[in-house]
Amino acid sequence: MPVEQATLDVSSYLTSFERAAKLRPSGPLWLHELRDTAMECFTELGFPSTREEDWKFTNLNALMRTSFELAQPCETRLAEDLPCDGPCLVFVNGCYVPTLSGQDAAAGNLRDAPPAFLERHLARYADFRKHPFVALNTAFLGEGAFVHIPARVIAERPIHIVHISTRSRPAQVSHPRSLIVVEAGAHASVTETYVGADEYFTNAVTEIVAGEGAMVEHSKLQIESLHASHISSIHIRQSRGSVVTSRSFAFGGALARTAIDAVLEEGCECTLNGLYKVSGKQHVDTRTSIDHAKPNAASHELYKGILDGHSSAVFNGKIIVRKDAQKTDAKQTNKNLVLSEDAVINTKPQLEIFADDVRCTHGATIGQLDEEAIFYLRSRGIDREHARKMLLNAFAHEIIDQIRSESFRDYVGKRL
Amino acid sequence: MLEIRNLHARVGQKEILKGIDLTVKAGEVHAIMGPNGSGKSTLAQVLAGRDLYVVTEGQVLYNGKDLLEMSPEDRAREGVFMAFQYPVEIPGVSNLYFLKAALNTIRKNRGLPDLDAMDFLALVKERMKIMEMDQSLLNRPVNAGFSGGEKKRNEIFQMAVLEPKLAILDETDSGLDIDALKTVAAGVNALRSPERSMILVTHYQRLLDYITPDFVHVLSDGRIVKSGGKELALELEASGYAGLEWETADAR
Repeated sequence: MPVEQATLDVSSYLTSFERAAKLRPSGPLWLHELRDTAMECFTELGFPSTREEDWKFTNLNALMRTSFELAQPCETRLAEDLPCDGPCLVFVNGCYVPTLSGQDAAAGNLRDAPPAFLERHLARYADFRKHPFVALNTAFLGEGAFVHIPARVIAERPIHIVHISTRSRPAQVSHPRSLIVVEAGAHASVTETYVGADEYFTNAVTEIVAGEGAMVEHSKLQIESLHASHISSIHIRQSRGSVVTSRSFAFGGALARTAIDAVLEEGCECTLNGLYKVSGKQHVDTRTSIDHAKPNAASHELYKGILDGHSSAVFNGKIIVRKDAQKTDAKQTNKNLVLSEDAVINTKPQLEIFADDVRCTHGATIGQLDEEAIFYLRSRGIDREHARKMLLNAFAHEIIDQIRSESFRDYVGKRL
Repeated sequence: MLEIRNLHARVGQKEILKGIDLTVKAGEVHAIMGPNGSGKSTLAQVLAGRDLYVVTEGQVLYNGKDLLEMSPEDRAREGVFMAFQYPVEIPGVSNLYFLKAALNTIRKNRGLPDLDAMDFLALVKERMKIMEMDQSLLNRPVNAGFSGGEKKRNEIFQMAVLEPKLAILDETDSGLDIDALKTVAAGVNALRSPERSMILVTHYQRLLDYITPDFVHVLSDGRIVKSGGKELALELEASGYAGLEWETADAR
């Protein structure tokens, strides 16, 4: 029975895949082959089960049982307060909408990217042979976002990529794809926002390449509908001496998962920060992996979580220090505020250290709002609700305040 | 202003206050002294509304209203202020933001409009001078990383901004060096007025060298065992609490 069930689940995607293949405009041969291989991988891998360590606390049964249709283009508007003070790429149901987007030489639709650039980078970092959802996303490669900052160019304004899912019956699945390449010595800041209405499934993959000495700031804001499923992975490859800062905010979705994996070469700096806030019956899963492959690299990681209602959260932070990666400095912290008795958090650090001259620290805390602090505030005339809000904001703003773009920082703050 | 009648309170199963009677009139300064564990701090916390303590018997009237029925925030809005023995550190909440929120809720209760940022800052700067506080403390998180003395000064500074009718100072002198003690005492003295009552809870008489109380009460084992004028504090200084406890036991 389990085997048949799995076949059934995969089959709806296979049907969509075959239908999409017929409608697809002609493209380079390597891309066709890539999609076919990826689909084969997905069929073989199937959906992960909770028996797999990586998915132990995230049950995909409901997602697997739903037969989603491949998302279709649809007209919609942008929310007025969406911060687009720089170049903006807007995707509705996975399709690029030029009329909603702002023009920029450094960024655009994947379809319009130089073929040689695509062939060199696309799907080179997100491993579809290992990860079923990456395979599924890759099988449906078509439209998507690319950002290409040439060597030594300092991109002054942040680039905003917006993924919108519209209301539809039956529910739809989209496979947003982003490729961000910042060449040697270049600087860039890219933000991705996921938003939508009603029930749908977002299966997103982002690849980020930081060339030698490049500086990249990537922020992800996941404010999907509370009926949506959101599964995404961010794959970061850092060349020597590059500095990457990733921030991930997860507030939406019935089921949401973000996996970030970063591979660091010599002298790199990698910062992974994030904030998840869930309530009701929401489930949020955060998985990070930092691979210190070469010496003298530093990684800092701080993830904070706020859980209320019957929500659940998973944090799993892996740090690998390879044999050659001497003088690695890695610090990981996960702090959780659990506001209700029915909320559940599973947090687990995972350190795999093969070098001997390294400094690695990790810590996880699970706590409640400080009643002493609430009483202190109340004793000065501030009511209980306001006091709670002040403390929650203080907890969350440690992450939010690091966002450099003021408009985006305010936008995230308001979503809290 | 304040009338405490036969107040009993416990924490967990342990009875700590065993029948306190105390009347504080407007403008009076009362010192409550006593050995550790006598219930001094419990009395202060019960008056401020800490729910850790359960009142089992008795009554507290504040300007004719039942104080014990009021939430901590309502007490504060009505003019009750407690300077904490251990001010709480609140990382991430700036002193300035916190104090403005507090002042404006209290002003609202008094039927006054919100102070705007400019007027608020002017008031705050003026009151900071009294406490000889560094202005940089305003933008720092509430009490976070403050030294013991800075925390206590911050309490009295808050009191100066919020202008309470009844101030309860819970061991404000503990942990202060003599210079800090003088500053804090000067701040408190500057706030004395015919409309404002104060209760000073203290273990030592040294605070009373700088703030002269109208009345001194000695608390022992949850009861006030002796009351008198400011000279009672000096008496205690000479004889200590040991003799007093013996006296209490004898009196039973």
